[in-house]
Amino acid sequence: MEPFTYSRASQTRDAIAAAANASTAQQGAEVRFVAGGTTLIDLMKLNVERPQQVVDINHLPLSEVETLADGRLKIGALVRNSDLAHHSVVQRDYAVLSEALLAGASTQLRNMASTGGNLLQRTRCNYFRDADMPCNKREPGSGCSAIKGANRNLAILGTSDHCIATNPSDMNVALAALEAVIVVQGTQGERQVPIDAFFLLPGTTPERETVLQPGDLITHVLLPAPVKGSRSHYLKLRDRASYEFALASAAVVFATEAGKISHVRIALGGVGTKPWRSPEAEKALQGHSPTPENFAAAAAVALRDAQPQNENAFKVDLAQRCLTHALTTVANV
Amino acid sequence: MSTDTPSSDKTVATSLPVIGRSATRIDGPLKVSGVARYSSDFHFPGMLYAVPVCARIASGTIQSIDTAAAAAMPGVQKIYTRENIGTFYRVPKSSKAQIDERRPPLEDDEVRYYGQYVAVVVADTFEQATAAADKVVATYAGTKAPDVRMKLSPDEKPETDTERGDPDKAFGKAAVTVDHVYTTPPETHNPIELHASVALWDGDRFTLYETSQAIMNHRAVMAKMLGVPQENLRVITEYLGSGFGGKLWPWPHALLAAAAARDLHRPIKLVVTRQMMFHNVGHRTNTQQRVRLGAGKDGKLVSLQQDFIQHSSRLDDTKEDCGEATGFLYSTPNLRVTSAFARRDIAPNTSMRGPGAVPGLYAVESAMDELAIALKMDPVELRLINEPEIDESKNIPFSSRHLKECLTTGAETFGWSKRNPAVGSMRDKGVILGWGMAACSWIASRADATASVMINADGSVRVASGTQDIGTGTYTMLAQMVSELIGVDMDKVKVVIGDSGLPAGPFSGGSMATASLIPAVAQASREAIEQLLKSASESDAAFAKVDADELAFTNGRVYRKNESPEQGRRFEDVLNAARLGHVEGSGKAKGTMGDKHPKYSSHSYGAHFVEVSWEPAIARLRIKRVVSVIDAGKIINPMTGRNQIEGAVTMGIGMALFEETRYDARNGMAINSNLADYVMVTHADAPDIDVVFLDYPDTKLNEVGARGIGEIGIAGLAAAVTAAVHHATGVRVRDLPVHVEDLLVSKVA
Repeated sequence: MEPFTYSRASQTRDAIAAAANASTAQQGAEVRFVAGGTTLIDLMKLNVERPQQVVDINHLPLSEVETLADGRLKIGALVRNSDLAHHSVVQRDYAVLSEALLAGASTQLRNMASTGGNLLQRTRCNYFRDADMPCNKREPGSGCSAIKGANRNLAILGTSDHCIATNPSDMNVALAALEAVIVVQGTQGERQVPIDAFFLLPGTTPERETVLQPGDLITHVLLPAPVKGSRSHYLKLRDRASYEFALASAAVVFATEAGKISHVRIALGGVGTKPWRSPEAEKALQGHSPTPENFAAAAAVALRDAQPQNENAFKVDLAQRCLTHALTTVANV
Repeated sequence: MSTDTPSSDKTVATSLPVIGRSATRIDGPLKVSGVARYSSDFHFPGMLYAVPVCARIASGTIQSIDTAAAAAMPGVQKIYTRENIGTFYRVPKSSKAQIDERRPPLEDDEVRYYGQYVAVVVADTFEQATAAADKVVATYAGTKAPDVRMKLSPDEKPETDTERGDPDKAFGKAAVTVDHVYTTPPETHNPIELHASVALWDGDRFTLYETSQAIMNHRAVMAKMLGVPQENLRVITEYLGSGFGGKLWPWPHALLAAAAARDLHRPIKLVVTRQMMFHNVGHRTNTQQRVRLGAGKDGKLVSLQQDFIQHSSRLDDTKEDCGEATGFLYSTPNLRVTSAFARRDIAPNTSMRGPGAVPGLYAVESAMDELAIALKMDPVELRLINEPEIDESKNIPFSSRHLKECLTTGAETFGWSKRNPAVGSMRDKGVILGWGMAACSWIASRADATASVMINADGSVRVASGTQDIGTGTYTMLAQMVSELIGVDMDKVKVVIGDSGLPAGPFSGGSMATASLIPAVAQASREAIEQLLKSASESDAAFAKVDADELAFTNGRVYRKNESPEQGRRFEDVLNAARLGHVEGSGKAKGTMGDKHPKYSSHSYGAHFVEVSWEPAIARLRIKRVVSVIDAGKIINPMTGRNQIEGAVTMGIGMALFEETRYDARNGMAINSNLADYVMVTHADAPDIDVVFLDYPDTKLNEVGARGIGEIGIAGLAAAVTAAVHHATGVRVRDLPVHVEDLLVSKVA
């Protein structure tokens, strides 16, 4: 771990001002916000994150969950994963989010981890975390060790020749299916970024994971009002029953009208370099009958462009089973 | 005394907790309240912190180590390299002192595995030492891509470990044969307590607080390597947060801490990190085992061959004896076990829970399951009909063997008769069930042991031995033993262990500690009682003119045999009357371990029955329930005993489904060297485990008839799991761990 200065922000604008001095808000950021610290501190100990300044944002007033007049749910960036998962409105209207949160990490970690921090959770790629091995995400241009290394757990969708690291979050997958909007405060004021636009594909710049700029602070996450008559579900597949990142997961939001699928949102986890929304699979189902055959066909569409590595070809099959089963479960067919 | 009568578990006419009764751990409250001190909990005035610098290559030569930047950092007291660490000596190979990494740390400039210590930083705080260790820059010459291949071929001609008859010929003529290769991956010990050393040097003597499963051996090794007489070195391990074999023999960090303490004349604490746990303190080697079985159509084995290869480090060759149980498990006239090493650029391997037999039985018992299928015979039946009369590898009788009863009791408890052998045929609420079973065996042996028992003038009793409690219940077992033998309540017994200054006790390994301590403690207790009765007879007016042999004792009282105990005198009154602070007995028992000409073949046995569930729609495999029937002699404490078997079964599930250390082919690093990426069983994975002890005392081993129970529960478990997986999915997994990708090919729907 490198020496760093620590300060505590009591107002949002102080936090933003402190971070605005950094040259980037992405890998290599000189200033980092700390909330739960469950990713950041870990990576600092591994010398993967080396901020010169750590700004503690835990005292900012961002810990509320409130239902807005228009029916949307506004989640403060500091709401802990445990609190969000057990929030009555979330459990009732956004079950997929509650299920995803509870499928992640351990109770102790969920008690610490924040909503904003979980959005920015870094990959568990072994080579990103081993500061001695080449990694384009950690050190741009150094190469990708995972492509010919241990890549069983890594991505098959959205990959590039530069990076195949998975976005490891469960929460993000649910948020993608819920079409969440990320509220960001920056030096130029507030902006709202749809979650799908918030995350970037690795391409040739895997060190850039989000659209965040220096000084940007995630303050809230907005969930659209629940679709009438919809149900949602999160299914996570992994080797052991608890405390492990997904091999494949699926978040689905689903509604039918007159026996046809009227609303469906699909996102996959454990397989994408970002929380993997699949509009193609949604399109394949929209207006069609909720049958296991149609679900399987949609799952095949969702994985159509998969580019597996030497160790993770099985994920193409597994993710399809996962999505098919999640849809079957939520449709109750 | 017949060994074939189950011992009575009936209530005994006394309030005393006795052998064979469940007792909660006497150290439990100390542990859950944080009072128990583990080695890294010790703090001393002026203590400094040592953090090793680890090689980031696995094969090459150190050219230089630049310590200038690190030395200038805050709090740094000193940085040691080969140049200034001082002298370490080696342990002669002829010595009984055990160590699995013979090369002392920093001895030369060769790097032979990733993570090898190349320097050590000592600073005022742990954080300062860690930060400075990061800034020590080693440069290397001749760095090579390490050889960490998991596919093994023998470096030299394999050795024949045991052989009888003509197994090749019999295999060639056998009516039914199986011939497969089974592999197990490297596994890393992950006890929750990290290895640690706190070293003190007073200019003459070392006091070392260590995480050791064998304090007496630790003292012997450290004295040799540090070049001091044994009496000038004291090793203390009050409590262990387990070890699983990884803490049996000393590792280099202990020497680094001791050397720094000696040089700086300050207490030094060195705690190994979780990442270092994957490189610097041993692991279970990977194994590759070809098993050939030949049988007649009646299922009788005519040939059994096991040829195994393991990896070993560049300098050491610790054997993972996969054939340990093979020679005597079944009856067959023709048998051969061969072993071979394949050297790799990987750190030295060491014992891990059930070394040898655990990977060995996975292979042999898997092959037995495959043979049963080839024979269209029930796998329990196949084992029953191959039960031997004697140990055919040594031509000696068994001291006590009840494998058949383990199999039949297990089958009955599990409900095995309801099993439909057809793959994928059994279902429960839409989930496919798989039922599998396997037999198991583990060594029953004793190490040398001495012990002391004191009856004190305050009525308390002290039992002492230079052994340690790995976390399994040695403290409690000793209290129970002495409570029964001396006749006092358990809370009157003070157990003193974990200090090499005590009478030399056994190591906590090989499931031997309990069996080893029993005869020594029994002898010491009898001696102490004899002295107590003698002093009562000689000095207590209440027993004037009464011979010692007319006296008896119970419930903390000495009394005349022809009177009731209530009319007797309390122990403290007897001792006070004689003006004695205490009476003391000592016991010494020679071990049976390594006996070249044993009269009996002594082993524990067991049978595991496993139910898995398989959901093909989502390729989800889970273990639903396990029945384990264990023949491990007399069980002293059924509660802690059951806990041992449950823990071992759980660890066996990890072996079957999850655990695997992966070394990167480019730098040799264990890439999953943390508790998130090295997958072990969580509580959510642990099934219902039903443990049945047969409880036949093996009195040829010791007078109580207790064997050991630390390891038997993991032996054979993985084979029962893969048999169940095959039954559910039709997929036979011969390379552990079972991964979901292996099962996607299953046709069962």
